[in-house]
Amino acid sequence: MISIRAEHLYKNYGDVQALDDISFEVGKGELFGFIGPDGAGKTTLFRILTTLILMDKGQATVEGLDVVKDYRELRSILGYMPGRFSLYQDLTVEENLQFFASIFGTTIEENYELIRDIYVQIEPFKKRLAGKLSGGMKQKLALSCALIHKPVVLVLDEPTTGVDAVSRTEFWDMLKKLKTDGITIIVSTPYMDEAELCDRVALIQHGQIMKIARPDQIIEDYRKKLYAVKTNNTYQLIQDLKQFPGTNTAFPFGQSVHFTPIDDSFKINNLSAFLSQRSHQNINVQKIKPSVEDCFMELMAKESVNKRQES
Amino acid sequence: MKRFWAFVRKEFFHIFRDKQTLLILFGMPIAQMLIFGFVISNEIRDVGIAILDQSNDVATQQLTDKILSSGYFLLEDKLSNSDEIEEVFRRGKVKEVIVFEPQFEQNLVRTGKANVQIIADASDANLANLISAYTNGIIQDYVNQKNVLIPKPMQIIPEVRMVYNEQLKGSFMFVPGIMALILMLISAMMTSISIVREKEMGTMEILLASPLKPFQIIVGKVVSYIVLAFTNAVTILLLGNFVFGVPIQGSVILLLLECILYIILALSLGILISSITDNQQVAMMISGFALMLPVILLSGFIFPIENMPIILQWVCQLMPAKWFIIIIKNIMLKGVGFGYVWKETLILIGMTILFLSISLKKFKIRLD
Amino acid sequence: MVNRGPIIHVRNLVKKFDDFVANDNLSFDVNPGEIFGFLGANGAGKTTAIRILCGLSKPTSGEIKVAGFDAYNQVDSIKRNIGYMSQKFSLYEDLTVYENIRFYGGIYGIKYQEIKTLAEELIEKLGLTKYRNTLIESLPLGWKQKLAFSVAIFHKPKIVFLDEPTSGVDPITRRQFWEMIYEAAHNGITVFVTTHYMDEAEYCDRVSIMVDGRIEALDTPAELVRIYQTENINNVFIKIARNPDRMTVEK
Repeated sequence: MISIRAEHLYKNYGDVQALDDISFEVGKGELFGFIGPDGAGKTTLFRILTTLILMDKGQATVEGLDVVKDYRELRSILGYMPGRFSLYQDLTVEENLQFFASIFGTTIEENYELIRDIYVQIEPFKKRLAGKLSGGMKQKLALSCALIHKPVVLVLDEPTTGVDAVSRTEFWDMLKKLKTDGITIIVSTPYMDEAELCDRVALIQHGQIMKIARPDQIIEDYRKKLYAVKTNNTYQLIQDLKQFPGTNTAFPFGQSVHFTPIDDSFKINNLSAFLSQRSHQNINVQKIKPSVEDCFMELMAKESVNKRQES
Repeated sequence: MKRFWAFVRKEFFHIFRDKQTLLILFGMPIAQMLIFGFVISNEIRDVGIAILDQSNDVATQQLTDKILSSGYFLLEDKLSNSDEIEEVFRRGKVKEVIVFEPQFEQNLVRTGKANVQIIADASDANLANLISAYTNGIIQDYVNQKNVLIPKPMQIIPEVRMVYNEQLKGSFMFVPGIMALILMLISAMMTSISIVREKEMGTMEILLASPLKPFQIIVGKVVSYIVLAFTNAVTILLLGNFVFGVPIQGSVILLLLECILYIILALSLGILISSITDNQQVAMMISGFALMLPVILLSGFIFPIENMPIILQWVCQLMPAKWFIIIIKNIMLKGVGFGYVWKETLILIGMTILFLSISLKKFKIRLD
Repeated sequence: MVNRGPIIHVRNLVKKFDDFVANDNLSFDVNPGEIFGFLGANGAGKTTAIRILCGLSKPTSGEIKVAGFDAYNQVDSIKRNIGYMSQKFSLYEDLTVYENIRFYGGIYGIKYQEIKTLAEELIEKLGLTKYRNTLIESLPLGWKQKLAFSVAIFHKPKIVFLDEPTSGVDPITRRQFWEMIYEAAHNGITVFVTTHYMDEAEYCDRVSIMVDGRIEALDTPAELVRIYQTENINNVFIKIARNPDRMTVEK
């Protein structure tokens, strides 16, 4: 059963092509992620799906309803959480929730079961002004407000941006629980590690979808060999790797540097010797499985090679 | 309907929790009234004068007493010769010098004519005009009194009376003007800022993505500010009446209804402004410059329209405030009924319908 | 270099807003040329502390010295010796690349001739020669951030404060940005950075984690991972930073 369908969407703002031929499908009850940096087109896409802006070309339906013609009906079955958690700063937690419940023609009590697990965490603060909440709490409140009318489709635009790691983890736990209620959820995020928490993801950059697949599929499709290189001096390591003749890419990745060789002639021993010569100590080179971020970066690199070839 | 009232309720929360804006909204009319009432005054009181009495007889003494007892003037200096006149003006305290010619009374009795010179400091031309007129009036009065005892040929003596505002009290002028100004400010500026703020904060996105119709959003904002603006209108009228003695000769109901009409007009202007910009500061500036300044300068509030060049006079016809002030003044000071203000009311209704339809059309159901 | 002591010296820093204690007895040092990661949940007190270190806010009590200057009465000297960049504001959108560099160079007192030379060098180094006269608002986010960082260190400050500098930027640009940070530290500039990307915390020489206005952990990434027996800083953070109910005083 398809919940959301987009076909060849185009949208530009002046010179900027925000969406460049976007097509995808989301199944009912799926937790679908759009992964990409700022400017990739995530917000533009979500605004089209929530009937807030019109596409230049293309079509989209949500639950069988056309986003352009059937916008009135759609607006009553969608739950939308835009970026920056648009809440009313000078209303309390409780007042915000009541307001959103009433404009959807319902009450807090009616669908309380749905938001209970989320709301209990902020309920002790229900008399506090929304503007005085921490980032994590605002996030929970915004989610509650988006859910209070039991939407069929939940659209979350960068709900974890600017929020600390703990709240992010908690948020995704809440999303997974919501899936069991049968709600279709689409989420956008710049955090690549969150991709692995979705059923399927679309990697999006410069208005184009580079790849749509399950996270494990994306990792499986990664063609190159990937190594994690670690020494005692990361900065020097990066410089030296750039000078190593067998290097294709070398990017810092937390505690180590992720390295891809130009071709299959690469041997770990050659690299270790090279680094040892450059006075590195505690040298450690290991073949590793890529993360979604590694895959994203590889797709990005491929895309810019294509662009250069085009021009 | 419930959704609508939920929206209105939220608006009232916003209004009452923004303490700073509340202070301005309610404090402003009071402050304006007090400033205009007590500080700015184009009435004459205690103006410094000097007298050069070259005659020093009974008549000049009587005239001098009459002038000084009017309450308008204060004797700063008695001069002894005409050389001192320029010096006393330079010092600044004296705004007018009255010179009685030598042998004043004798001339008056023998020839029926005597000369008095009124020299006024016209570096403040308005004041000079006023005080010389007042002085002249007092002198004429004296002459008339004296003439009662002497048979004289028939003369037509102009008698000037200021109707509806006998004492030319300034307050009768500025209360209608302040109402026009404040109601425009509150309604247009506050509404436009409120809508634009939602756009800036991002909450407008959620509202639009909900089943709430855009029509309900606009009307919701309008309703809350009507209540606020109306409260202010009543405050101004009460202040004007009890503190400054401005009467309400005509029907109070009609007056309040006209106020509500004007408020709705200003509110639709506010909505129109909000559809042009996404930025609170721009909204505030547009409301300020495009609305407030013209109201002050071009509505006849302070500067008479009749004195302006023809082109500007035509522009003034476009100012809603101008028509509103006419209506208010007519009802309050002349006590007329609807029959006398229907033309102006019709004009206001026409403007309201025009602005409302434009703003409703321009209010977007989408963010684009 | 005469002074080899810590370039930032904080002892018992307390900052109160009425009754609310935003910074509760913070003590730490940052060494010259160090990349110091300053982590914590929203509302933990990071922004408050950074504002004090940048001379934008006065502490309630405690000893604070930045670049050798006192945070109570030598605030102007502090400002002259530091650079600052945040995700919220860095460059003027309606000025060109060159104009921005010239402006910031000017307000830090660099002579005009010198600005010209250094600016051209910088523009070339960043690969922005084609965009020298382009308005900032037309540049992609990644380039804006890289340029903003370069401008922040244009006047060769002793310390540069970075507030979530890579938020929302694509992963490749993020890493290029960190290479620039590495280079700056290599050239002697101390880098004081906050971030929500936990993998970036691993690039730092030392990391502090603030919880509820206090510093709960301060050490090298490797040590923290060892002490808390986890695989990475992300999990260290999750272990010690659980605290959902603190309200936000800072914006």
